[in-house]
Amino acid sequence: MWNFPLLPEQASAYAAKVDPLFYALAVFVLTFTMGVTTVFIVLGVRYRKRRGVHRKSVHVENMLIELVWSAIPVVIAIAIFAWGAVLYYDHGKAPGDTIDINVIGKQWMWKIQHPNGLREVNELHVPKGRPVKLIMTSQDVIHSFYVPAFRKKQDVLPARYTSLWFEATKVGEYPLFCAEYCGTEHSLMGGTVYVMEPSDYEEWLGGGPALTPAAEGEAIFQKMGCATCHDAGDSSRGPSLNGLYGKDVKLRGGGTIPANDEYLRRSIMEPTADVVVGYTPLMPAFKTQFNEDDILSLLAYIKSLGGGTQE
Amino acid sequence: MSTEHLVEPSADFPVRDYGPPRVHYLNWRHTIASWLLSRDHKRIGIMYLVSISIFFVVGSLFAAIFRLELLTPEGDFLQADTYNKFFTLHGVVMIFFFLIPSIPAVLGNFLIPLMIGAKDVAFPKLNLASWYIFMVGGTIGVAIILLGGLDTGWTFYTPLSSSYANTHVFLAAMLVFITGFSSILTGLNFLVTIHKMRAPGLTWFRLPLFIWAHYATSVIQVLGTPVLAITVFLVGIERIWGVGIFDPALGGDPILFQHMFWFYSHPAVYIMILPGMGVISEVIACFSRNRVFGYEFIAFSSVAIAIIGFLVWGHHMYVSGQSMYANLVFSLLTMLVAVPSAIKIFNWTATLYKGNVIWETPMLYAVGFIGLFGIGGGTGLFLGTTGLDVPLHDTYFVVAHFHYVMVGGMVMAYLAGIHFWWPKITGKMYAQTPAKISAIVVFVGFNFTFFPQFLAGWNGMPRRYHSYNADFQIWNVLSTAGATVLGIGFLMPAFYLGWSLFFGKDAGSNPWGARGLEWEACTSPPIPHNFEEIPVVTQEAYAYTGEETVSV
Ligand code: HEC
Ligand code: HEM
Ligand SMILES: [Cu+2]
Ligand SMILES: [Cu+2]
Repeated sequence: MWNFPLLPEQASAYAAKVDPLFYALAVFVLTFTMGVTTVFIVLGVRYRKRRGVHRKSVHVENMLIELVWSAIPVVIAIAIFAWGAVLYYDHGKAPGDTIDINVIGKQWMWKIQHPNGLREVNELHVPKGRPVKLIMTSQDVIHSFYVPAFRKKQDVLPARYTSLWFEATKVGEYPLFCAEYCGTEHSLMGGTVYVMEPSDYEEWLGGGPALTPAAEGEAIFQKMGCATCHDAGDSSRGPSLNGLYGKDVKLRGGGTIPANDEYLRRSIMEPTADVVVGYTPLMPAFKTQFNEDDILSLLAYIKSLGGGTQE
Repeated sequence: MSTEHLVEPSADFPVRDYGPPRVHYLNWRHTIASWLLSRDHKRIGIMYLVSISIFFVVGSLFAAIFRLELLTPEGDFLQADTYNKFFTLHGVVMIFFFLIPSIPAVLGNFLIPLMIGAKDVAFPKLNLASWYIFMVGGTIGVAIILLGGLDTGWTFYTPLSSSYANTHVFLAAMLVFITGFSSILTGLNFLVTIHKMRAPGLTWFRLPLFIWAHYATSVIQVLGTPVLAITVFLVGIERIWGVGIFDPALGGDPILFQHMFWFYSHPAVYIMILPGMGVISEVIACFSRNRVFGYEFIAFSSVAIAIIGFLVWGHHMYVSGQSMYANLVFSLLTMLVAVPSAIKIFNWTATLYKGNVIWETPMLYAVGFIGLFGIGGGTGLFLGTTGLDVPLHDTYFVVAHFHYVMVGGMVMAYLAGIHFWWPKITGKMYAQTPAKISAIVVFVGFNFTFFPQFLAGWNGMPRRYHSYNADFQIWNVLSTAGATVLGIGFLMPAFYLGWSLFFGKDAGSNPWGARGLEWEACTSPPIPHNFEEIPVVTQEAYAYTGEETVSV
């Protein structure tokens, strides 16, 4: 109990960028508040009413001062906004060459799958110095994936895919928390992020069973009979899925929709929600048969069939 | 551009003492029915005062118990579920049953008619009905507690609340729905009262700033609260009939809930601060013996806050998965909504300049307000900054932020107001020394409780954690220790104010030498219909000269 963690550990590129903003604001806000409070007290003492002294109060009006002290905060506010916005843009835009790792949140654990298929629970191993992107969804309620040492957090939603990217800069073990209240054991829904030297990471990955998510997806695709309708050569029963990912899909009844993760998930779980133009909605709903793991594997498979990258 | 002038008081309302009235609103009838069926805004104000004080005690007890749990990192004496229920109930009780009604329903009810020279609010029966509706909500609250509680957090995020929680979410939705109407009706009543019932000569720019603040607050109550009512109603429908609105498993959208919830709940934070700002304007003017610097700027900044406040709700959702560009717009507007608050702080401070400052109890609370609200609003800037909110969102940093504004701001202002108008409300003066000590104890205890939470949050401690990483323990121990001091600070007024009711000396009509119709044209306590004859106003508000005397 007797350690005072005053300043948090910095273990990501983003942490190094966001910390100066935090400390600058801390200095600004403390100076501002203490400054104003001091002026208040100094004026209050300087102009205090003294016993036996008769001095009339003087009411001052000064438009210039009003305008100045209205305008200055506006400028400061916009400056702070802009600084934060630049960082936020950096936080939001992942570079192109990320290692993509699947994350599923469920009450009350984190399930993780690496690109080579290796799975882990409540632990995440990542290499140092390489951008990593987590593609996340939830099997039940909203959770939030939070690694304080990386200064990064992103909510994880049911039936949607959110992503979070980071670049770890320091080898070590860092706590992982769920930041969005999600029921009874919310406070236990955490774990550890291990940042490793890239060579150690490769070695660690090598130890896994290794059926990649796309391969798992393909297996499901065969087993569940998807292939009977979605045949690459014959698109009479169902549309071919080759090159689908990221394309715009024309829907029955007009309109188009980008074939992103959410659309694909919906097409599998509830095919009647959006029907592709020119097809009768024959496809059965798989809502009750798949969990989020299966869907992520199927998505990986469909992505492996080619197509653009999704924005 | 700068002008200076001495203020000459008008001849109509010298600062004078009418002596205690023989019949006043407190003693004119004694039966219980005369209270429970009273349409007198002053009695209704007192009924709110008593009810919200009880709710405040209940809410504090929940907090005391879970702060005790947080002394150690492990979850040791509460079960996880119990812990979750306690922080939920603490939030629900404090927000819906204490903070939202605090200044408007107690002081606003009591003072608005007095300040504008009216015999009552525009719709006295509706006013009484608001209190009953509030109490129906309160009864549901008690029922929820007795039946086993609620564990969704005061934010009711879906689909946790609509499909997963197995506590009394439907009852809680009813509670919020019903209590909301009390708030709407109070707001409506104030709006009409302020528009229609001002005394002759009391033009808009002669109104006390307390009235402007309540006007802005009422607009938010009337426009915002229905949205919350609809939102919780939909949660209830989804829960009972399984209609898919927010739960994606039923075809709904959980982010839609967050938009609807915060569309009300962000403006609601201004329901929880604007009235406090109104009180602070009155207190600072009185104890500086000066006209408020930049009256129009303070008045319009309340209105600006009420309007821009409706456009920033998305700052609660920066990491929810909402579009980046939407977030940037929300962030810019959030930054701008902080500006009117800064302007107010500057104007209050400048009011002391060339005044005659008297350091009585309400003024001590007012300085406390300035310091704590400064930190609270300032940390709002951290959170409003998109890139920085990414690490801070849903940590103890947010918890510290909103306690600085809600307790450091609103509760300090409420106590400033209670101490300022207590002699008017009760006709009795309390002992000054313990009151000043309590102001200091509250200030110290407050910082001691909540400042460590900023550090816990910046170091990464998420909020709503029953057990936590041992690294954070020191901040939690400090916080719990501070809460003990704060608790003592809050208990003290109960004693010396209670004592004053029985043994305090008669306050006289105007013990502080204050300006304003409630002090200058009214007895303490006021007579049942407030004024012998309706006053005529010939002057701006705050016609202080510096020669008014204090007699406490
Ligand atoms: C009975 C035939 C049939 C089976 C079996 C079937 N589908 Fe389909 N699928 C269709 C048809 C027809 C469409 C186009 C109409 C529509 O959108 O519902 C379609 C559409 C889709 C789409 C959207 C395609 C686009 O171009 O937008 C996806 C993705 C998809 N199916 C995936 C699957 C997967 C994965 C499985 C196995 C779990 C599967 N389907 C099984 C018939 C089938
Ligand atoms: C002065 C300007 C203010 C700004 C810029 C501001 C900004 C913010 C932001 C951005 C958040 C979201 C933080 C997050 O969840 O990550 C927040 C949360 C909050 N603020 Fe403020 N705020 C201000 C004033 C106030 C005031 C006056 C109050 C109430 C009196 C208040 C009460 C709250 C509450 C209750 C929350 C948290 C709600 C929850 O998640 O439970 N804020 N504030
Ligand atoms: Cu959680
Ligand atoms: Cu807000």
